[in-house]
Amino acid sequence: MISAPLIIPKMIAMPAVPVDQVLDAVNLSWAGFILWMPLLSLVLCGLCASFKVKTKAPAVITVICLATSFVLTLFLWQGYEQPETIHLFDWLQVHWANDSFIANFALYIDSLTLLWMLFVTGLGTLIAVYASEYMEHDVGKGYTRFFAGVSVFLFAMSCLVMGDNLLMLYLGWEGVGFASYWLIGYFYQKPSAVAAAKKAFIVNRIGDVGLALAIYLIWVTFGTVQYDEISTVLASNSYESEFGGWSIQAIPYLLMLAAFGKSAQLPLYVWLPDAMEGPTPVSALIHAATMVTAGIYLIIRTYPLFLLDSHALEVVAWVGGLTAFFAATIGMAQYDIKRIMAYSTVSQLGYMFLGLGVITSYGAAYHVFTHAFFKAVLFLTCGAIMHGFAGQLDLRRLSGLRKMRGWKVVSYTMLIGCLCLAGFPFTSGYFSKDAILAEAFVTQGAGFKFLGWLAIFTAGLTAYYTFRVWFRVCAGPVHYEAGDDLHGESPDSFHPHAPRFAINFVLITISVGALLAAIPYFMPNQTEGLRGGWIAEMVNDSPASAGVPGSSESGTHMTHGTLHDESATHGDILGMNPHKAMYYISGIVGFIGIGIAFYFHLLSRTSADYMRGKLLASRATRWLPTAMENKWYVDEIYIALIRSPLWILGKVFSIFDKYIIDGAIVNGIAHIPRGVASWFSPLHNGAVQSYAVSMLGGAILIVLLMLFMPEIIEFSQSLFTPEVLDQTAQVPGGEK
Amino acid sequence: MMSFGALSGYLLVSALLLAIGLVGFLVRRNLIVMFLCTELMFQGVAIAFIAMGKYLFDYSGQVMVIFVLTVAAAEAALALALVVLLHRQSETLDADSFGELHE
Repeated sequence: MISAPLIIPKMIAMPAVPVDQVLDAVNLSWAGFILWMPLLSLVLCGLCASFKVKTKAPAVITVICLATSFVLTLFLWQGYEQPETIHLFDWLQVHWANDSFIANFALYIDSLTLLWMLFVTGLGTLIAVYASEYMEHDVGKGYTRFFAGVSVFLFAMSCLVMGDNLLMLYLGWEGVGFASYWLIGYFYQKPSAVAAAKKAFIVNRIGDVGLALAIYLIWVTFGTVQYDEISTVLASNSYESEFGGWSIQAIPYLLMLAAFGKSAQLPLYVWLPDAMEGPTPVSALIHAATMVTAGIYLIIRTYPLFLLDSHALEVVAWVGGLTAFFAATIGMAQYDIKRIMAYSTVSQLGYMFLGLGVITSYGAAYHVFTHAFFKAVLFLTCGAIMHGFAGQLDLRRLSGLRKMRGWKVVSYTMLIGCLCLAGFPFTSGYFSKDAILAEAFVTQGAGFKFLGWLAIFTAGLTAYYTFRVWFRVCAGPVHYEAGDDLHGESPDSFHPHAPRFAINFVLITISVGALLAAIPYFMPNQTEGLRGGWIAEMVNDSPASAGVPGSSESGTHMTHGTLHDESATHGDILGMNPHKAMYYISGIVGFIGIGIAFYFHLLSRTSADYMRGKLLASRATRWLPTAMENKWYVDEIYIALIRSPLWILGKVFSIFDKYIIDGAIVNGIAHIPRGVASWFSPLHNGAVQSYAVSMLGGAILIVLLMLFMPEIIEFSQSLFTPEVLDQTAQVPGGEK
Repeated sequence: MMSFGALSGYLLVSALLLAIGLVGFLVRRNLIVMFLCTELMFQGVAIAFIAMGKYLFDYSGQVMVIFVLTVAAAEAALALALVVLLHRQSETLDADSFGELHE
């Protein structure tokens, strides 16, 4: 049992941090500024808000702070040699009899952390630059609030990625959720934005329950929440199987719930498409490039725990594969280009989970990396279009941007993003997606072959819907209609205003980054036997090295009941080596998708409408376009299965509260004195004479009492004397 | 020494005064008359005190009467002032017209 007098001297006596870690902290404590810079930016934005700054100062502050973070991350990466813990300060330390709970505010720097931090801070800086122009309508109004939100997000995301224990990850996890809520609800006067913000927050809560329970179980089972200590305990196999051994099985599933909530997988993906209500830079940064990859990061970080369970990774693969396919079918049938990109994000995140499931943490991490770039480009171009055409996002009302003055940069950077997303040969998306697709055929698992084919088919759908957007919006004859967000201009005299320097600069920079993201694939490996370039090198140094091709650790784990040994049970696709075959297969599939999009959406746009009309006209096929355009009615299913029962339950409780608690109990008790008073209140009528009569009555009563007191006392005694009672008891009914 | 018969006479007068005052207070509506009736009741009680004091050779009866007279004088001053004020307010001395004061 815990007793205070025992704990306190112990807390003083035990230094929680070993001496060598303190020395490291002296050397590398500047790395803490990667975290502190966004926080500083938040404080300065707060000052700007309190002094009602009406300039672009908040943007300048945020960009400078985030750029500093990025540069520090680059330095950290340059000087990186081996995993290190940087102790910033003691956070939570509780010791008792023979146990302790330690969660320090410390950073754990391994190459995986660096990989994530490089694109988080890098893209964060660029998108802040973009937002400085994008948000200029709101200078003096919400401008400061926006950049404060971005700063909070970057701080929380850095905590999530860099923390050395699960509790810090949890802090960041909740922090990014809060920042996401803050920024989705940025246009708080729009009811749909408020609803979307609430939806995102509530759906994420479901996942967060999983994370909280998982952290608790990990602490119970391993006695620590620090990553390096968990690895030590795992390596020595000395963990306790508490609760009859089921906790070690439950942990991966709870972590999965958390990851599926944050990274928008079935069935918790519904918040992400609605999150597009936020300003576009937010969609690009938080809901495409960085925050939604937190689920992938969580699983990669705790990969060894997943490898302990024989079915956990199969579940991850199936959920990921099905989400990829499902979201792609919805994305095909939407008209709002930002929404298409949102579903495409859900779909691509599904690929990443598929990658994790088929044990290629390398492929998943690589896809996270490339996706961050090309999806950011796509969102930012959508944002530029929305900005320039007064909120117009309908791909039927925009056409031929490529030929318009000032829109060339947007059109061609969007083309680059689309090529990468569609997996066009030799773009970055091509290599990262293939790493996942091929591994689905290599690894043995329940239905992995089917998932592989499904993912290949989805790749075709992806190519189709991506280029549907590009051919409709950027190619074809010039035509545009303004949206309804005109800022005082009349619709007749509307002129689209093309993006200026800041937006174009960022678009070009990130799209160049998206193209260059293919290079890591070809970089030679320093570690012996490793294949897959720089990303493989980065992932190999982390707990997830089991999923890196050629890693010393891969092939040693028992997975899915079979040895993941390439020579023995190397899967194949149509009798060929999957890694070689996939180059051709996915290339061909991509071309087919692009070709179909080219025919329906550029060459003969009427035929698309004609085909839709044909499908709608036939009774047998009508359900398909209807269901796809209505997002498979998933929101409606949620309303029927969850929201309505909860609403009814709430109504029942409300009625119970109104009539039982308030009506019967509270007011009922209040009615008792009121009822009693109603008997006497007629006496209090304001007529002096009636008061006099009652006084007289009282006086007479007192006089009578005084006169007959002896008789009254005698009578009452006769009633209660025990003899009388006894007599009546002995002679029942015998009074004569 | 006072005889029992004499005492009975005094007490009878006292009771009559009290009864007249009580009935007057209950049936009349004029505030001044009602006030006079209370004075009658006071005096009835005072006579009873004096008579009993004399009968029992106890001076506390007279002491009590002095107190009663003092209180009656103070109360008379206060009650008359109130009556005057009420009259100024509503030009009437009818006790029923001040019924809303009970709220």
